[in-house]
Amino acid sequence: MSIQSWTYIIVGITFAVYIGIAIWSRVKSTKEFYVAGGGVGAWANGMATAADWMSAASFISMAGIISFAGYDGAVYLMGWTGGYVLLALLLAPYLRKFGKFTVPDFIGDRYYSNNARLVAVFCALLVSFTYVAGQMRGVGIVFSRFLEVDINTGVIIGMLIVLFYAVLGGMKGITYTQVAQYCVLIFAFMVPAIFISIQMTGNPIPQLGFGDQLNDGSSVYLLDKLDNLNVELGFNEYTENTKSLVDIFAITLALMVGTAGLPHVIVRFFTVKKVSDARKSAGIALMLIAILYTTAPAVAAFARTNLLETISNKPYVEVPQWFKKWEDTGLIRFDDINNDGLINYVNNEKNELYVDRDIMVLANPEIANLPNWVIALVAAGGLAAALSTAAGLLLVISASVSHDLIKRVIYPEISEKGELAAARISAFFAVCVAGYFGINPPGFVAAVVALAFGLAASSFFPAIVMGIFYKRMNKEGAIAGMLVGISLMLFYMLKFKFDFFGGGDSSDYWFGISPEGFGTIAMAANFIVSIVVMNFTSPTPYRIKEIVDNIRIPENE
Amino acid sequence: MKSKNKENIYWKTNIKYVSILLFFWFVFSFLFGIVFKDFLNQFSIAGFKLGFWFAQQGSIYVFVILIFIYVKLMNDLDKKHGFNR
Repeated sequence: MSIQSWTYIIVGITFAVYIGIAIWSRVKSTKEFYVAGGGVGAWANGMATAADWMSAASFISMAGIISFAGYDGAVYLMGWTGGYVLLALLLAPYLRKFGKFTVPDFIGDRYYSNNARLVAVFCALLVSFTYVAGQMRGVGIVFSRFLEVDINTGVIIGMLIVLFYAVLGGMKGITYTQVAQYCVLIFAFMVPAIFISIQMTGNPIPQLGFGDQLNDGSSVYLLDKLDNLNVELGFNEYTENTKSLVDIFAITLALMVGTAGLPHVIVRFFTVKKVSDARKSAGIALMLIAILYTTAPAVAAFARTNLLETISNKPYVEVPQWFKKWEDTGLIRFDDINNDGLINYVNNEKNELYVDRDIMVLANPEIANLPNWVIALVAAGGLAAALSTAAGLLLVISASVSHDLIKRVIYPEISEKGELAAARISAFFAVCVAGYFGINPPGFVAAVVALAFGLAASSFFPAIVMGIFYKRMNKEGAIAGMLVGISLMLFYMLKFKFDFFGGGDSSDYWFGISPEGFGTIAMAANFIVSIVVMNFTSPTPYRIKEIVDNIRIPENE
Repeated sequence: MKSKNKENIYWKTNIKYVSILLFFWFVFSFLFGIVFKDFLNQFSIAGFKLGFWFAQQGSIYVFVILIFIYVKLMNDLDKKHGFNR
């Protein structure tokens, strides 16, 4: 059977499952809509969190990025997993005990101020919208590459599916579709990885095969071979850093703290039954995420070795079938500058080959000659990863509007029914806006998605952590800290990514830290400003201190 | 008053656990994976340079283990103070 028929069958089955779950999980109350009624078990929440968290970028792009970055790819591997330790130890259990619906709920109540609430709403919308646009684009790209439909048609199909289960089932529908999506995406990621690991090293466990000897009779270690190949072609050794270690340190920390501060991840912990389940499900979520995150660097190393061995310095007329196919999509480009008919892939101006990083996952099964159904599975996995993350973000957006803005600030008298209708309507509009950005992606999306972590790190994380661990922190301190943190982050991003405020290049970076890592500095500024301002303003009221005492202790729910 | 005291002890123990576990979180990722990477790369295990392994594999395993240790410690602590209803 052809790749395309397989893809229609596998994607069709998964979509039918998602729609079935949506119909089964229709909701009738706002509590069900926002937090799935607070009745989700630890395992279900762990799986849902893992799918919520692993986006199109984790599934499609990350292994490719690592493949080209080598050691430097560790910033994503550590940054996007280490944040769960912060979540489990510093945030999730207490936010669950607090027991409301959204992150601005916590900020607004803990800092006894609607201004604090509004700042939090602004930050949540800014972070979530930048993120969701990238997901819808991912859906469109997967559709167009595997089903040969137009990208825009792909985006619209994706919108309709998400619309269906997010509007009908709210958080409840999203949670149980995410559980199904986790299963699809992890299976789709692991099957090709295991096949390739066996082919290249004879070891069925990619995490170990990655350090093993090659299967080609040479008994050379894969990583040594890769280091040598890279050096021969003028690249840096694969296992050594190209960025400065200071920058790597800052980016890793910014990504970790940003992960812990992302509202769509935090709200997942409002859905579990009790505090101990919040801790446990953070552990389960990270364990399930780690399966993909420890496999991705192995896939990266396999794919790079494969690519260099099959392509580099080979005559163009002899390239395998997949090369031509992906050339048609523009993801591989070959330009024979010196007209010798050979593919010169080197790290200087004589380079003749352009390879898009997404190829490393999307074309990997073809490069390794795997059966057609495996290739179709990768398409279904990419869609599952993108749709699950998009749905989680859309819920944050709709809850920010219907709950934080309408119910808590503009029109507190709204009835339960009215609020639920408002939530559904805002989910509908959020899907439309996300779809619009998916079809007409603003050029800055790619640049901004990575920076969403910096924005979350510099705004939410300090405010929430101090809200729990530092009783004296008052509203003036928290608001000033969030405003300074997020403004500083926006300023640095605009200056170095978009050439505002005089622009600048890497030699002008403060402390040698790139915009991706600047969240670390902006977060530190948030903490410092908060504490200074707090010392000059009125103390936290007694009733707030009692709230803090209460969220620190599990029971009494 | 007695219950306030109990809650204080609970919270102080929690802070102690969190501090110790975050110390290991920092050591295994930031120190072993980044700051001392070049030093550790002199050694190799199972075909990996050690610093590289911590950065791309080891630190992630340690993160998972740290969370489950915290889950266990806190479940015991909840039980001890009767907060585990």
